[in-house]
Amino acid sequence: MTLTIPALRARSARRRRRRPLGLVLAAAFLLAVTLTGLLAPVLAPRSPDATSLLDSLAPPGTAGHLLGTDSTGRDVLSRLMYGARLSLIAPLGVVLLSGTAGTVLGLLAARAGGWVDAVLSRGMDIVFSFPSLLLAMLVVAVSGPGLLAPICALAVGYTPFVGRVVRSAAMQEGARPYMESYRVMGFGEPWVAVRHLLPNILPMLVAQSALAFGYALTDLAALSYLGLGVRPPAADWGSMISQAQSAILQGAPWSGLIPGLAVLLTVVSVNVLGEHLGGSIGRKREGA
Amino acid sequence: MTARTLAAWIGKRALGAVLTVLAASILIYGALRLVPGDPVLALTAGRRLTPEQIEAVRHRYGLDQGFLQGYLGWIGDALRLDLGTSFNYQTGVTSLITGRLGVSGLLVAYSAVLAIGFGTAVALVSAVKGGLVDRLASVAASVTTATPTFVAAIGLLALFSAGLGWFPATGAGDGFADRLWHLTLPAVAMSIAAFGVLARVGNAAFAEELGREHVEVARSRGAGGAAVIRRHVVRNALGPLLTVAGLLVASLFVGSAVVETAFGLDGVGSLLVSSVSRQDFPVVQGIALIAVLLFVTVNTLVDLALPFIDPRVTVGGLGR
Repeated sequence: MTLTIPALRARSARRRRRRPLGLVLAAAFLLAVTLTGLLAPVLAPRSPDATSLLDSLAPPGTAGHLLGTDSTGRDVLSRLMYGARLSLIAPLGVVLLSGTAGTVLGLLAARAGGWVDAVLSRGMDIVFSFPSLLLAMLVVAVSGPGLLAPICALAVGYTPFVGRVVRSAAMQEGARPYMESYRVMGFGEPWVAVRHLLPNILPMLVAQSALAFGYALTDLAALSYLGLGVRPPAADWGSMISQAQSAILQGAPWSGLIPGLAVLLTVVSVNVLGEHLGGSIGRKREGA
Repeated sequence: MTARTLAAWIGKRALGAVLTVLAASILIYGALRLVPGDPVLALTAGRRLTPEQIEAVRHRYGLDQGFLQGYLGWIGDALRLDLGTSFNYQTGVTSLITGRLGVSGLLVAYSAVLAIGFGTAVALVSAVKGGLVDRLASVAASVTTATPTFVAAIGLLALFSAGLGWFPATGAGDGFADRLWHLTLPAVAMSIAAFGVLARVGNAAFAEELGREHVEVARSRGAGGAAVIRRHVVRNALGPLLTVAGLLVASLFVGSAVVETAFGLDGVGSLLVSSVSRQDFPVVQGIALIAVLLFVTVNTLVDLALPFIDPRVTVGGLGR
């Protein structure tokens, strides 16, 4: 791992010179997806659950069905808009939970040191050795399909992803003179950590959370695709793809490919955004 | 480094790996105990059982004992390669898994070869050529890295099976050549994300080595380009590539759950998915334990191999 880090840094250094177009496109796409999810009841041309066997598997561009229909005649565009809600809210829940837990544990490990740090770090290493999707499946095996249990499982799984970065950032930041001076002035440890240390590592936290959001979205969509996530009639992009499987083999792939594209573009956009945030932190660090 | 420090370091790493697997196995066993209410209800998932059968289930899973005793019984059996009995198939979990290892093993190996082969090749070519090739490769790597396995699977199905009809959509085929043909699309789907990561990390590693003074001096003095690249660039960039490749190959095992389901393959991954949805807990526990074991083993082996491949990596991370 010691060799990977400078290698990645060299990469981002070369990238830094050109950025705006991809970044603007990514931000615009995420904004559009979020808005369509929020405003789905207003924007969607039809009810996402209205079936019509006469209109089944209409190709994109059909009058009244801009993105076509699925095998039961439901409007793909409307389902895509409504599906955005669960597809975005569920990973957001994962990121909020794991971000909070990771920040608390990371700060605690870095500031307490000693055996607290040893126990927390080892624990995070162990959870990290668990592939997150496997952890989620293990929980679903106990709880049955549904989104709540996998959200909690993934939150646990991604806590070390955030916690390890927070810990090492807090270690670096904590070694700086200003931290010592606050302590000399008699401020309590929790106050210094939250009021003065946290703001300084916040950009890194946001960048890491953005990456975690992309991973969580992929994992949750994969679970729904496997029939282990969202329970019908609720739908997200993953379950839309799952229901389109037979239509794809019949040569009518759009009802699966369109939500698949939505997942792909959302994850790419989130990654671009997260990388930019990570890159700008590096720039600030080097300038300082 | 002396032979003794080396042995001590290997022993420490191996012990760490064993401890990690043990902790993970407690987590796997404990997941069952975390269920609110009676674990037997989760275990049997609504199946009607006679009181005797329920008692047998309790006994089999050590639920009539304390947590520690139950866990020790389970892990003890697992160490003797007895992973219990499936609720759904009524057969031993171990034989269920071993019967499916052939397909899954070939699939993982096939996609690892594709990901590592194409990933390193694209990384090297883009790092050496630079310019437009480099930029195109970088975009391709970004997109493929973000491509979820199931999206890749349905995309390939739509294009190459349903659309062009070049590859079969389901089944694993008979005989070696037929099997490879059947497993090509699944292997490609599984390797796409890993390819992207390797292309990026490899490109960065190669680019860094290419920019080093001794490489530039060698090239400017007219030493053969290919020889310099082979001897100085590729060899020195192997470390980070191997680390990432190890992580990726281990994660391919989990990716096989998605791909085997999408392509209707009868492997360990699809067994995991169907067992999760049927709440066939013994099978899920068994596969999860094997997956974590593989994951930790591969990563530990890669860690142990690094100092031998790259002398700049010192044992225990000292001196760097």
